[in-house]
Amino acid sequence: MTLLYFAWVRQKIGCSEEHVVLPSNVKTVADLVDYLRAFGAGYADAFADAKRLRVAVNQNHVGWDAAVGADDEVAFFPPVTGG
Amino acid sequence: MTARISIQHEDFDVAEEISALTQDRTDIGAIVTFAGCVRADDGLTSLTLEHYPAMTEREIAGHVAEAQQRWPLVAVTVIHRIGTLKPGDAIVLVVTASSHRRAAFEAADFLMDYLKTQAPFWKQEERGGVRHWVEAKTSDDDDAKRWR
Repeated sequence: MTLLYFAWVRQKIGCSEEHVVLPSNVKTVADLVDYLRAFGAGYADAFADAKRLRVAVNQNHVGWDAAVGADDEVAFFPPVTGG
Repeated sequence: MTARISIQHEDFDVAEEISALTQDRTDIGAIVTFAGCVRADDGLTSLTLEHYPAMTEREIAGHVAEAQQRWPLVAVTVIHRIGTLKPGDAIVLVVTASSHRRAAFEAADFLMDYLKTQAPFWKQEERGGVRHWVEAKTSDDDDAKRWR
């Protein structure tokens, strides 16, 4: 799986892109967030308050119950502020 | 309908964009342009825009297609700048063209509301060397809900 981070999520985690191999119990975005929280202090900080985050799977906005798989591109970011 | 979507560092010229859109056409009766600029609020010295390249154009194209379904549009141009901008610089341009004004006005308003709440851009403000990420406004979400 490819993971992408933007804005302050990227800054807290300390990288913009990484590739991970998922354990079999990670089936949804919510599972993935729980899994990533244990990666380190930056991850725990970035994912501390899920309400402040948005997620896209394969470049589509999705909710926390969306399914994720090994071939997906999953991006985490704050609510958008363009325009 | 013709659609032009561009995510770019460079500035844009509103008159040129209108000319490009109306060239050799006689079916356009109304053109609405919205241009957004950087304000020097509270001593802001610069604004830096980050985006999610793989998703941005696709997300905007999806909303342009939705606008086309909802209103009889002839042409749409959306330009969004990225990188570091200064107060007074232009950030975003939406141009909508239709036979009549109502469709052009409403489609431009719709597209701006969706750019604000769905397109994956993030603004970071700088004031006197201190940077902070702009928080999303609930008023923008409320604006976008008008179209549901």
